[in-house]
Amino acid sequence: MKAIVHVGLKPGVLDPQGRTIATSLVDLGFDEVTAARQGKVIELDLTGDDKAAAQERVTAMCEKLLANTVIESYRIDIED
Amino acid sequence: MRTAVISFPASNCDRDAYTALHQVTGQEPVMIWHRETEIPANVDFVVVPGGFSYGDYLRSGAIAARSPIVRDLIQKAGKGLTVAGFCNGFQVLTEAGLLPGALMRNDKLKFVCKPQSLSIVNGKSRFTSAYNGQKNVVYPVAHHDGNYFADKKTLDKLEKNGQVIFKYDENINGSARNIAGITNDAGNVLGMMPHPERAVDPLHGGTDGIKLFQSVLDAAL
Repeated sequence: MKAIVHVGLKPGVLDPQGRTIATSLVDLGFDEVTAARQGKVIELDLTGDDKAAAQERVTAMCEKLLANTVIESYRIDIED
Repeated sequence: MRTAVISFPASNCDRDAYTALHQVTGQEPVMIWHRETEIPANVDFVVVPGGFSYGDYLRSGAIAARSPIVRDLIQKAGKGLTVAGFCNGFQVLTEAGLLPGALMRNDKLKFVCKPQSLSIVNGKSRFTSAYNGQKNVVYPVAHHDGNYFADKKTLDKLEKNGQVIFKYDENINGSARNIAGITNDAGNVLGMMPHPERAVDPLHGGTDGIKLFQSVLDAAL
């Protein structure tokens, strides 16, 4: 089983890297870009096959280490 | 006063902290490796040094903040142990939950490295009392993730309680309200991005940092 964890800055928290990415894309001619937010993806290989239990464990991992909840939010996808 | 410095893999200001503490206290600090589980009971002041602990993997300070020795640090700080984190040490202390807020990427995305003038906002803290009313100091800064962030409620509370100890005289990294250094509620834990431990010898270009350590020493006597 795999857990895909998406971690990104919370809405409202200024993301200077995202802002720079957006500016650079516009400079390259992609004028439709109005904003970019940069985050990270963490893929976890897990033992077991209980998805609900995995969801709960990975949530604990996010709260304890994977995200800094002062500035970041996270989303978890559990896959086979 | 017995002092200690915690070394993590890729700490690089642990030696600077050692030298500063040795110079001011006249005693050799204990160097504590991150895998140790206990800060010796006779230690009065612990420095969490600057550097790039664990290569800044995941987030600056995040992995170090979960190391065995920091578990003990959290416990002892809760009981009143004096702790100061400089630069990466500040990042470790916020990640460990000992200080509020977080340090984000500098708003201009540049590593800033220069002597920086700061205002002493609270000259009565246990880290600034020896400055005797002096308003400004110059310490080196050298960081990429020094952009202090906290929500408005937290910032208001920090300012109201006198927990903001230092502010930058110009905003060099995007920090909320120019905040360069704060303490916890109880005032025994300091975190700051600038490096007082690198301003203790004329060869450093300045000695403004000495009185920060002197303040802690005075408070311990």
